[in-house]
Amino acid sequence: MNVVIEEKVTSNPNPVTKRMKKQAFRLLKSKTGMLGIIIVFFVTLMAVFAPVLAPFDPAKTNVVSRLLPPFWMEGGTTEYLLGTDNLGRDILSRIIYGSRISLMVGIAAVIVAGAIGMILGLIAGYYGKIFDFIIMRTVDSILAIPTILFMLIVLAVLGPSIPTLILVLGGTSWVTYARMVRSETLSVKERDYVRSAKAIGAKDFRIITKYILPNVISSFIVIATLNVATIIILEASLSFLGLGIQPPDVSWGLMLSDGRQYIATSWWVATFPGLAITITVLGVIFLGDWLRDELDPKMKD
Amino acid sequence: MKYLIQNLLKTIPVFILISLIVFVLVRVTGDPVSLLLPETATDAERESLRESLGFNDPLYMQYLHYMSDVVRGDFGESLRYNTDALAIILERLPATLELAIASMIVAILIAIPLGILSAMKRNTFLDLFITGGAVLGKAMPSFWLGIMLILLLSVVFQIFPVSGRDSLMHLVLPAITLGTGIAAEMTRLIRSSMLEILGQDFVRTARSKGLREAVVVNIHAFRNALIPVVTIMALQTSTLIGGTLITETVFAWPGMGQLLVQAVNLRDMAVVQAATFLIAFFVILSNLLADLLYRLLDPRIKYN
Repeated sequence: MNVVIEEKVTSNPNPVTKRMKKQAFRLLKSKTGMLGIIIVFFVTLMAVFAPVLAPFDPAKTNVVSRLLPPFWMEGGTTEYLLGTDNLGRDILSRIIYGSRISLMVGIAAVIVAGAIGMILGLIAGYYGKIFDFIIMRTVDSILAIPTILFMLIVLAVLGPSIPTLILVLGGTSWVTYARMVRSETLSVKERDYVRSAKAIGAKDFRIITKYILPNVISSFIVIATLNVATIIILEASLSFLGLGIQPPDVSWGLMLSDGRQYIATSWWVATFPGLAITITVLGVIFLGDWLRDELDPKMKD
Repeated sequence: MKYLIQNLLKTIPVFILISLIVFVLVRVTGDPVSLLLPETATDAERESLRESLGFNDPLYMQYLHYMSDVVRGDFGESLRYNTDALAIILERLPATLELAIASMIVAILIAIPLGILSAMKRNTFLDLFITGGAVLGKAMPSFWLGIMLILLLSVVFQIFPVSGRDSLMHLVLPAITLGTGIAAEMTRLIRSSMLEILGQDFVRTARSKGLREAVVVNIHAFRNALIPVVTIMALQTSTLIGGTLITETVFAWPGMGQLLVQAVNLRDMAVVQAATFLIAFFVILSNLLADLLYRLLDPRIKYN
């Protein structure tokens, strides 16, 4: 039935070119997965080998070489390939070091969020009743406050630092996991093999870890991967607003807030870190989409 | 009606939880006394202020006092403006609503044609191009898009002003910045919703009657595809308001979002609390409306 519909939907009457286009499309689609892996791999390398790769100390200021343009522009030098910022710091080195914060905060926060969401989702779904009520109303409450506002308040009260930032990002992002794990648990719980395990006297802990968890884990991995993308953007946003990463630590979001002030005269200060965020996030999304197709075909549109 | 009351009742624990979260964040973890007094204040002065403000009472008493103030709309005075916190926010609200509505219009203008087109031309390069654009729209941080728009359309081509809110021209760049992210999400939704509808029997019937494709798509399919889109978009209110915080900061748009970011940075907690309650109220209200709208648009859904 799907085939019939597709033929009606696509306006191309020639079946041969249509098939070729379809194949090209599929190839490109799997290529995005490859591209995602390559980007993520590249950014990871950059983060791990930052001290080797970066030509300069990212925090080293140099008043003489303030706001130098990239090397291909008039006034630029090959010494500073992507130019310098308002304090004469090398933008390329700062981008390379910035990948460390992005990845570290992104992955650590996802681990925090995933752990909280997994445990609370399992409890809400498996035990139900009052547990479910309390956990799901907490989810509703957190969803009613915009994530970014919630994080700003917590960071303002507790004071911005990297561990706080990770806990805050994780502490607000768990709701997605909790909802997914809960609904999957609810549906798995009623299946015959879980009921029979219960009937022969298996303990709750065993049922949850041996029977429910394996059913939840693939959707969980997909959500976790895509969540890294969201968290990278959130960290950049918080740093941009002044309550995320604090100098002298280097963050792409922080670089953008410097760049915003010099946009009229020095476009490169804001452009390159933004590109770095976009490419990294794009890579993570591609990777996540690819994982979804591989691990969890039922989540496809 | 019974359904509406049920849902309204369900929001009560949510409000109580939100008030608890805000109370814990603002009153328990931070020391409000040190914010109110100059740094040179002596310990005795701090202690007497603490006593007079009731901070030495047991926590549940503090919470009850706090809630009785909140229910009456009294969030205290802003440290920065020395006037009622709620009043300052309400004063800034029109600018934010203006931006939010304009962004939604931008998002709708982008997403509806592209979403339909991409579903109709499924698995072609046009589809790939549109879905690719949607992914890119999601991957770009909105504040970077805003800065790039300033660079291109205010600095290089001096078409739109960089910041402020004096004319309709000032609204264009912030609205595009905030609207693009929403449009990306919306395009994807419309596409998948259209694909689902286009595969259904009544669309085939419409086609077999010999109706023109444009009529089938626009009248029969699109109206039905819109149902899930409308409700899911209404659920995006929280994202939209969160987005105004950043967009208003980038463009110095004098709305609630910019005020809120400044208030957070200055630890002006009265303003922060008042805004948080107001926003939560808006979000919960729009979620309720989304739910009702869903039932209204699709009578097949039962009221239980």
